[in-house]
Amino acid sequence: MIDDITRIGAEAPGRIAAASTLDELRAVEAELLGKKGELTALKKGIGALEPEPRRQAGLAMNEVRAAIDAAVAERRAALEAAERAVTLAAERLDLTEVVGGRERGSLHLVTQTWDRLVDVFTGMGFTVAEGPEVETDWYNFEALNIPAAHPARGMWDTLYVDLGDPETVLLRTHTSPVQIRVMTDGEPPIYAVMPGRVFRRDTADASHMPVFHQIEGLVVDKGISFADLAGTLESFTSAYFGGSIHSRLRPSYFPFTEPSAEYDINCLNCEGRGCRVCANTGWLELGGCGMVHPNVLRNVGLDPEDWTGFAFGFGLDRLALMRHGVDDIREMYTGDVRFLEQFPA
Amino acid sequence: MKVLLSWLREFAPFPDDDPVGLGDVMSDLGMAVESIDHIGEGLDGIVVVEVLDLRPHPNADKIQLVDVDTGDGEALQICCGAFNMAVGDRVPLATLGTVMPGGLEIARRKLRGEWSNGMLCSGRELGLGDDHSGIIVVAPAGEPGPALGTPIGEALGITPDVLYDLEINPNRPDAMSVAGVARDLAARLGLPFAIPEPQPEIVPGDAASRVSVDIVDPDLCGRFHARVIDGVKVEPSPAWIAERLTHLGMRPINNVVDASNYVMLELGQPNHTYDLAKLPEGALRVRWAHPDEAITTLDDVERTLTAGRDGVIADGTDTAVGIAGVMGGASTEISGTTTSVLLECAWWAPMAIAVSSKFLGLRSEASARFERGTDPEIVDLAARRLAELLAPSGARLVEGSVTVDGQLPDRAPVLVRTARVNRLLGTELDAAEVPRLLEPIGFGVEPAAGAGEFSVTVPTFRPDTTTETDVIEEIARHHGYGRIPKRVPTSVQTGSLTPLQRDRRTIRQVLVGLGVHEAMPLPFLAPGDLARAGLAAEAVTLTNPLAAEESVLRTSLRPGLLRAVAYNESHRTEGVALFEIGKVFGLPLPGTTLPDEREHLAVVLAGAEATEAVKAWDVLRHTLGLPPVEIDQGRTVEGLHPGRSGALVRDGVVLGEVGEVDPGVLDAMGIRERVAWLQVDLGATLALPHGEHAYRPISRYPSSDLDLAFEVDEGVPAARVAAAIRGAAGELLVDLTLFDVFRGAPVPDGRRSLAYRLRLQAADHTLTDDEITSVRDAVVDAVGGSVGATLRA
Repeated sequence: MIDDITRIGAEAPGRIAAASTLDELRAVEAELLGKKGELTALKKGIGALEPEPRRQAGLAMNEVRAAIDAAVAERRAALEAAERAVTLAAERLDLTEVVGGRERGSLHLVTQTWDRLVDVFTGMGFTVAEGPEVETDWYNFEALNIPAAHPARGMWDTLYVDLGDPETVLLRTHTSPVQIRVMTDGEPPIYAVMPGRVFRRDTADASHMPVFHQIEGLVVDKGISFADLAGTLESFTSAYFGGSIHSRLRPSYFPFTEPSAEYDINCLNCEGRGCRVCANTGWLELGGCGMVHPNVLRNVGLDPEDWTGFAFGFGLDRLALMRHGVDDIREMYTGDVRFLEQFPA
Repeated sequence: MKVLLSWLREFAPFPDDDPVGLGDVMSDLGMAVESIDHIGEGLDGIVVVEVLDLRPHPNADKIQLVDVDTGDGEALQICCGAFNMAVGDRVPLATLGTVMPGGLEIARRKLRGEWSNGMLCSGRELGLGDDHSGIIVVAPAGEPGPALGTPIGEALGITPDVLYDLEINPNRPDAMSVAGVARDLAARLGLPFAIPEPQPEIVPGDAASRVSVDIVDPDLCGRFHARVIDGVKVEPSPAWIAERLTHLGMRPINNVVDASNYVMLELGQPNHTYDLAKLPEGALRVRWAHPDEAITTLDDVERTLTAGRDGVIADGTDTAVGIAGVMGGASTEISGTTTSVLLECAWWAPMAIAVSSKFLGLRSEASARFERGTDPEIVDLAARRLAELLAPSGARLVEGSVTVDGQLPDRAPVLVRTARVNRLLGTELDAAEVPRLLEPIGFGVEPAAGAGEFSVTVPTFRPDTTTETDVIEEIARHHGYGRIPKRVPTSVQTGSLTPLQRDRRTIRQVLVGLGVHEAMPLPFLAPGDLARAGLAAEAVTLTNPLAAEESVLRTSLRPGLLRAVAYNESHRTEGVALFEIGKVFGLPLPGTTLPDEREHLAVVLAGAEATEAVKAWDVLRHTLGLPPVEIDQGRTVEGLHPGRSGALVRDGVVLGEVGEVDPGVLDAMGIRERVAWLQVDLGATLALPHGEHAYRPISRYPSSDLDLAFEVDEGVPAARVAAAIRGAAGELLVDLTLFDVFRGAPVPDGRRSLAYRLRLQAADHTLTDDEITSVRDAVVDAVGGSVGATLRA
């Protein structure tokens, strides 16, 4: 009996190894260990043996069963791995064989610039104000200390709208009317920026469009000074353009601010060393700014002895163009997808 | 305003060794230097040569071959694009190796196969004005000229100088003169400034007996100063005057006109010369124009004037002989026969000149100065300076003058408080700084009652300065903007976006994620664009558009976006997906003046069917957390496909439109693809309560799916079937999907099969078969009843 058990135990590894599929393995397992298997058949005879041989045979039987179990499990794992490998190999894909293009759209360059600017200013504690694009003469000029026939009106080529009395309704030439609305609709302290679309009677060329975008800022509070203006613009400059870019202010004239200044930044191309882009000056003119004119404060019912403020503004389109080296502003407005998709973010 | 360094130096001893540094000071004072020209520099290597021969270039029409002699008798071949010289002329040649004022280095090179050994130069190439019409002829053939090989600077008598082109702000009329720029600059540099006293040749007499001035309308003219100059002989100006005028951008005419312009540029006082013989009794009357009064101006144009808008100078017979402050008349123009001149130096009301020159379309150097405000106190000095300039030609200033005043602006002293200066500027200036900074630019500063307070008298050449803030700007300017400290105010607010601004960002991100590109077409349309896009033609128009194609304000984003689709299609980009968020303008609502301005969102999907636009709308609506919005196909949307469009409606209010663009519109726009369209009035839509996204607990119990297919009449919207299902299924329905639509046998014509999957789930237990069956029965009943649908087996 023990000899039979030992013989089966000795033959088993070879038979198991010979199984080349999981089905064959299952068959071999059944032949050896199944209800009608060889070991099961022998087991039935064990009960008839004397106690000592019975014990010996039982031990041998358990030993062989365990060995076969282990061998079958090992073989099964190997066969399963091989089958999986075949399946995976059959599923191979060429990952560069991609049909169809990208599916994501893009934000307009103006929007991207707008959002970046607004994010810097909200980080500095500013709210974001908006207003209508068609305005009255009062909001666009009068309230800003630019009375009718003021020579300074020549600074803006205005597009008038055929509503009301002649030249009383217009397409806003700057976002400054929103400053007036912020001051008339609310009260100080005011820390606000006004991004928006503006209009000029300008023929389109590489650097001009009749429609473009600006962002202006307005701060009105007690004790606000020119130093606060200079500091705010310096903070904004390094936050937006990077720490190596600084700002400077030069005297200028705007009817709605006094003292007025031009706001320059270090040339972004040469960082101030002087190059072709900045005509060797090291500076780029970005926009205008100044202390809110006392007449403007009076026009919105604020006493200039109590309240002081500053305002600044600059063009947004140029920043968008400079960032990506686009040399013709008209490109941004054709809606040509070959242009738009170049700037996904 | 252009100024020459040599001219500035006649008023103050400016250093001439650092012209760029001097320019930086001008910029820092608010007179921004736009360019600096170094006259006479870079002329080394340019010499006088003689033209020996002129031949056509064998391979080019616009270039000729020129042989020149540089002095060694050898013929040197040059290729030249100018044809104005003749054999024997002496002309300037930039020899090989010369670096031109513009930076160009002259090298031996072949032009269309012919060697050129240098470059013959125009005036502009030498930095002498803007004349680029031909080569400078130093001496014509046959006339004596400088020796061959003479350096061109020596040959033309060019004195090295520096020309600054300054941008002058409208509030700086004083800086529209060489003397004014010099005064500002000298003050900053601490140099003494003085306008030299003119030394005209004077003859005894009495000007007042030969001329008379009557200011009829004192609101037009604040001061009229008249002088008489005898012995005038009209001839070319001395070279130095002609040269300076040329550099400053004015063409020399004759000695009288040139002296007039010279004085205007130097002292900022425009002036006018009349042929005294053509003025009966030398009488002048200053008044507003009569209605439709006519005058022929110096440019030989007859102009009709407007009463109360244009001012005139009339003669003793009340005939206009000039338009006040704008342009003189032809009848009294200086000519070759002129011997005696009446010289006018006047102060005109700035607003009068601004309006008159604007409406007459006559902007001149003179009107530009008058409308900003000239100095009424300089008229006498200016007149004597002009006589001085004319003296070399024999002109003599007659003793005496006539000065008549109209209304001049009041010039009350301005109270300036040092504390206010520091408060506005953020500086800590000592009170003594106020006079130190203001006095050198002509302001009178006297202590006032309060500590640190001053009574400031503004000079007459600064009419822009009338308030304390105006004076503070001058203090800041001369202190230096760069020396004002930088400080960051602490905002007492929290910076943030408004809900609308946040929603806009969400919308944009959703659409970008859906593969849509943001475009920004212009809001201007041509007449007919709206009709072409299938929209009502009624719109707000512009009164002064640059072109008719840009004369209408859009009432919809549709024309612009469709044009962008057509543009892309025509450039072989099909299937574009574009969106825009922008303003549209309706006619004003009753009782308002401004247009009915609304913010719209529009999405255009080329090559896509209407349902693609509906899907985009569903994603937007879901993301924004908007309440359900009905797609009402019963309402016609103009310009959209009648069978494939509908209005977006909530509580009877139309929020937008969705569908496909009408093929007729696409034809008119030249678009070949189908175009899906979505437009939403953002203001109205985002006014709905939205964005809550309340939490719904997720059940831990298993869900069961129920698939039901219904046969429904074509006329019944699927949305109504879905609504009926939802209503009947009740709270157990957690998800409803339309997963199949089928038309054709065995479904009869006029009906289609809609297959829905209902996912049922309870929050607190596993559903029983009975519960599922009762939902099923209720749904089948309800759908059968309300929308006439039958369950398919």
